[in-house]
Amino acid sequence: MPRNPQLNENGELQHLLSIEGLPREILTQILDTAESFAGVTEREVKKVPLLRGKSVFNLFFEPSTRTRTTFEIAAKRLSADVINLNIAVSSATKGESLLDTVANLSAMQADIFVVRHASSGAPFLIARHVKPHEHVVNAGDGRHAHPTQGLLDLFTIRHYKKDFSKLTVAIVGDVLHSRVARSLIHGLTTLGAPEVRVIGPQTLMPAGVEALGVKVFHDMKAGLRDADVVVMLRLQNERMRGALLPSAQEFFKHYGLTLDKLAVARRDAIVMHPGPMNRGVEIDSNVADGPHSVILPQVTFGIAVRMAVMSIVAGN
Amino acid sequence: MKLQIKNGRVVDPASGKDAVGDVFVADGKIAESFSKADKTIDAKGLVVSPGFIDLSARLREPGFEYKATLESEMNAAVAGGVTSLACPPDTDPPLDEPGLVDMLRRRAKSLERARVYPIGALTVKLEGNALTEMGQLADAGCVAFSQANAPLPDTQVLWRALQYAATFGFSTWLRVEDAWLAKSGVAHDGEVATRLGLPGIPSFAETIALGTLLELVRATRARVHVCRLSSAGAVEMMRAAKKEGLPVTCDVGIHHVHLCDMDLGYFDSNCRLDPPLRGQRDRDALVQGLVGGVIDCVCSDHTPVDDDGKHLPFAEAEAGATGLELLLPLTLKWGAASKLNLAATLARITSGPARILGTASGKLTVGAPADLAIFDPQASNRISAETLKSQGKNTPFVGHELQGRVRTTIVAGNVVYEA
Repeated sequence: MPRNPQLNENGELQHLLSIEGLPREILTQILDTAESFAGVTEREVKKVPLLRGKSVFNLFFEPSTRTRTTFEIAAKRLSADVINLNIAVSSATKGESLLDTVANLSAMQADIFVVRHASSGAPFLIARHVKPHEHVVNAGDGRHAHPTQGLLDLFTIRHYKKDFSKLTVAIVGDVLHSRVARSLIHGLTTLGAPEVRVIGPQTLMPAGVEALGVKVFHDMKAGLRDADVVVMLRLQNERMRGALLPSAQEFFKHYGLTLDKLAVARRDAIVMHPGPMNRGVEIDSNVADGPHSVILPQVTFGIAVRMAVMSIVAGN
Repeated sequence: MKLQIKNGRVVDPASGKDAVGDVFVADGKIAESFSKADKTIDAKGLVVSPGFIDLSARLREPGFEYKATLESEMNAAVAGGVTSLACPPDTDPPLDEPGLVDMLRRRAKSLERARVYPIGALTVKLEGNALTEMGQLADAGCVAFSQANAPLPDTQVLWRALQYAATFGFSTWLRVEDAWLAKSGVAHDGEVATRLGLPGIPSFAETIALGTLLELVRATRARVHVCRLSSAGAVEMMRAAKKEGLPVTCDVGIHHVHLCDMDLGYFDSNCRLDPPLRGQRDRDALVQGLVGGVIDCVCSDHTPVDDDGKHLPFAEAEAGATGLELLLPLTLKWGAASKLNLAATLARITSGPARILGTASGKLTVGAPADLAIFDPQASNRISAETLKSQGKNTPFVGHELQGRVRTTIVAGNVVYEA
């Protein structure tokens, strides 16, 4: 196995491509740095000069609102110049290759590329071809990874639960297609959460998922029992068209989070969702808007976490 | 012309012979000893073996000249000691018309390097619907019929194709992969694909298709060569099929003997292969199958791909690896790791594939075609884009040191390569 391409020769974070393979110290460093930035977002002047004069290119080959916006806000709060490129409707449709697009932007003096792509591994390919002073931050690649989402999920869990070492975390829904689930699982196992569960039908579980260090449940209530944290995954509408699931209604019946099902989790359980939510498909409005939900704070924390990631990679 | 190759370690896998001596060539054939040679080659310290026979090497012509040309790949072949190769029909247009086959053979012949044996398309345009004119394609020089990597999901077409081929004694070379189960998959469906978030192809995509094919062979008694096994389950099924006496043979790609899905590392698109690299247990079964003879031979499945086809995210990258020049070193590596002697090792790329191809080459018997590879089994090669003659530089072994270096390649008594 070649050297982890995210780390430089000193073992520091050069790119953020995946949570898998990152040492606990780096994850903790990111979370601690994010903690210090959380204050910035509450100040009247919400800026620090850490990335002044640097250019952040938001390269989105796949549409996104929340992730792109929070990256943009995070970069601006670090005083960087931000350029948003919606490649899905420009170069890619003109036939330009991924690496040509990146080479052209690199010629425009980029410092950080924030990349979202529909193909697993695309940010790894870009990271192999950028100049040494450039950094790549993965904003979601295929089914593979969404490390800043994973980190903001970890930040949220740490915020409410303080300590990972006694937690039971249940991740529910479409694990097969979820980069969010993969990133969070790697983060939780690295930080020492003793029990990580995935819940869903066999059709939405990837082969050999147990090897990631999780327990598989097909019965929702059994999987939620005594959970401290419940993470609901987004179920894309297109999954209902094939043979994966019969219908949204049937999915909701078995795996939609309702107050009744949540009652078997711990009384102080928190409910998370990476968004955008499908109310009535994977989560009932009573839960999404209820006292256990920390879904909106997740979004706020996402800004501090992305500030932390960009300031750390740019400093290495 | 009379040629004498002196003092080499002469290895003839067909007879098991392995001894220092001379090889004599006259009129393009292996000859009895004679005293007066027109030319001598000193092979002291080198191995003299029948030239290698590769049952799957894509030359990319016609249609994909930007990936490789007949000339570049024929140079690669003889640099790798390959003197006979079968090329799959997945050119553009596919080899489904006698004229195309005839042109390919003429072009190949005019280059005077390795012998080229075209494999005809089994169905028109490889679309899996209508049978090609197999008789006319055979007359044009096709040695067998195949779908290359194109699916043939319609089992009735497959059944008819085997019946038709069996009628005339044609041999069909088929990959086994259930097209529905493999749909949109790019990697072995297992832990590695799960980690990398890559759509998987389960092992049973192979065993289900093999089960179907074997049942059709049972019904039609068609002669079938199963190409590029990838799973432990398929090796077991082939073992049983041979024991039962079905007219089947099979091969494995050399990469699958050495690599498994773990080697995908961080999305190495050079490891994007058809069939996918599977688990370690599968690889071990392929190694053992090749040792024990369930798998008849190993091929390079040579597929030169240009950088534009590989510098892409894993799932979008074109499948395949360059292999002609790696066939010998990787076969030697497998043989050494399996504690086989040199004759038994080389049998998998000489006498083994010769039997399937139905040629008289692949052995050093007097009267056999004088197709020879003279190589240094100890000399090491650092695999790099610069050293590869193939236009395709796409191999997971870039940067590796591999032992086994061809010094001289002879086809029909003529020296076609010298290093």
